[in-house]
Amino acid sequence: MIVLRGRGIVGGCAEGEALVTRETISGWGGIDPMTGTIIETRHELRGQSFKDKVLVFPGAKGSSGWSNAFHMTRLTKSAPLAMVFNQMTTKIALGAVVTRVPAVTELDQDPLSVIETGDWVKVDGDRGVVEVTKR
Amino acid sequence: MILANDEKAMLDGGDGVAKQKAMELLVRYATALGAERFVDTKNIAGVPGSSTLFLQKYFEEHAGNGGFEAVFSLYDLDAGEVMSVPAATGNCCHLQGGMDLAHWADLGMSREAMQHQRADEAELARHGVQIMKTCTPYLAGNLPLRGEHCAWMESSAVVYCNSVIGARTNTEGRESTSAAMLTGKIPDWGFHRDEYRHATHLIEVETPVESVMDWGMLGYFIGGVVEEAIPVLTGAIRQADPLRHKHFGAAAASSGGVEMYHIVGVTPEAPNLETALDARKPAVTIKYGAGERRRVYETLNANGRDTNVDYVMLGCPHASIEQFRDVARMLDGKRIKTHLWMFTSRAVKTVADMSGFTRQIEDAGGLVMTDTCSAIARAVPQGTKVVALDSAKQTHYLPARAPVEAWFGSTEECIHAALTGHWTGELR
Repeated sequence: MIVLRGRGIVGGCAEGEALVTRETISGWGGIDPMTGTIIETRHELRGQSFKDKVLVFPGAKGSSGWSNAFHMTRLTKSAPLAMVFNQMTTKIALGAVVTRVPAVTELDQDPLSVIETGDWVKVDGDRGVVEVTKR
Repeated sequence: MILANDEKAMLDGGDGVAKQKAMELLVRYATALGAERFVDTKNIAGVPGSSTLFLQKYFEEHAGNGGFEAVFSLYDLDAGEVMSVPAATGNCCHLQGGMDLAHWADLGMSREAMQHQRADEAELARHGVQIMKTCTPYLAGNLPLRGEHCAWMESSAVVYCNSVIGARTNTEGRESTSAAMLTGKIPDWGFHRDEYRHATHLIEVETPVESVMDWGMLGYFIGGVVEEAIPVLTGAIRQADPLRHKHFGAAAASSGGVEMYHIVGVTPEAPNLETALDARKPAVTIKYGAGERRRVYETLNANGRDTNVDYVMLGCPHASIEQFRDVARMLDGKRIKTHLWMFTSRAVKTVADMSGFTRQIEDAGGLVMTDTCSAIARAVPQGTKVVALDSAKQTHYLPARAPVEAWFGSTEECIHAALTGHWTGELR
């Protein structure tokens, strides 16, 4: 098991399968909040849903509707289980807060290099710890 | 966090439960960011209490109340209870959203949704929020001062606010702007701070950029290469005006996350290259030449196949009054073969109405609408398969939001497509 340590920005613990992308994600216009599916035309995850997955990604881009789109996934029960990301922005900080899922950033190793899609990942937002079990 | 006395009082509930819940949300948000304090803001642009039928019905089912104050409390402020919401502080406006109240049927909206929006607007007015209903508040009466702390949503307005006006805002979201409307506070982080506003990426523009279309393509290119970074541009960028900045910034904020840019000798915080870079060397230097220009044009047109155009959409970001004048001139006395919808703010439409531009466009067969656009409303004329657009931003979003092919070109090429039914655009 690999352990990454960083800063938790939303508390709580969750674990599940990782969905990893090296591309930033748009909220409004980039995801379908009814299903948690990436819809951005040229995104490498287009057509895949982060529902019930640990979403591992560089960060947020695009519309200021980011928080609203992810907040909606909480209502439609399509939210990711947890978020692990690199680049802090207002979009992702507010989005993680209102999605109310454990979220960790500023990790001591690059999660995009360590974690692959399908790995089992445990996110502890209270302690800022991410535990990775390779599949 | 270091809290001022008025912030502590709000957090302790001394100013009522709604302001308390708003401060609680702002503290959660500021803590996530790693901000140490708040700044005061009197200029807030958001979408307070704005609710789709989904949200209204969700809260009716789950909380027994789907009204304005319920949505504002439970969704905007993420509070666990429905509260009485006091009037907004400061200068607060509602950005785009919903539908044109006169043309809701054209947009495929229901009468129920239209009536719901009317009721929401009455609530907004009662709470002291200006019903501006546009993504371009800076063209509709909300023009902050250089250095003023703002809390704005809408990525294209944010980048304009920071870059062109020199006011200070992060890309806020619905929840943070609604909380700021009650408290007059926003985290002191990012673009509110001097040290955050300098460029790291140098863009050397080597091919002339003059037309609105070219400014849009350059913005789309830059967003793709710098992502969230702050670029500074030098070189052959000409004809700077608010319209070109509007299209440039909107494009850069769509292909990437650009929230501020500098153009040497043009934007207020870039009197020279050294100042824009804070006397540091650029981390990255990128050239924009004829090859890059060709590639960005091809990227924007990658989705277009069928040259038979059904629909031309103008007004992304919402059209300025000079765009109305130009389109009205191009259409005057003619008759279009496709659908043509042009979107703008209520303020600009009022002037376009009084100037006769709306009538000229509608006499030619077009429709002028406010509040929204095709991408936001996910609304295109019935049967539309192919759309022509003069906005890189709309070209980025619309094919992801509706099952259409999109062509990108100049306004003149779009009007030509509307008059002939055929796309003949090309890179000149």
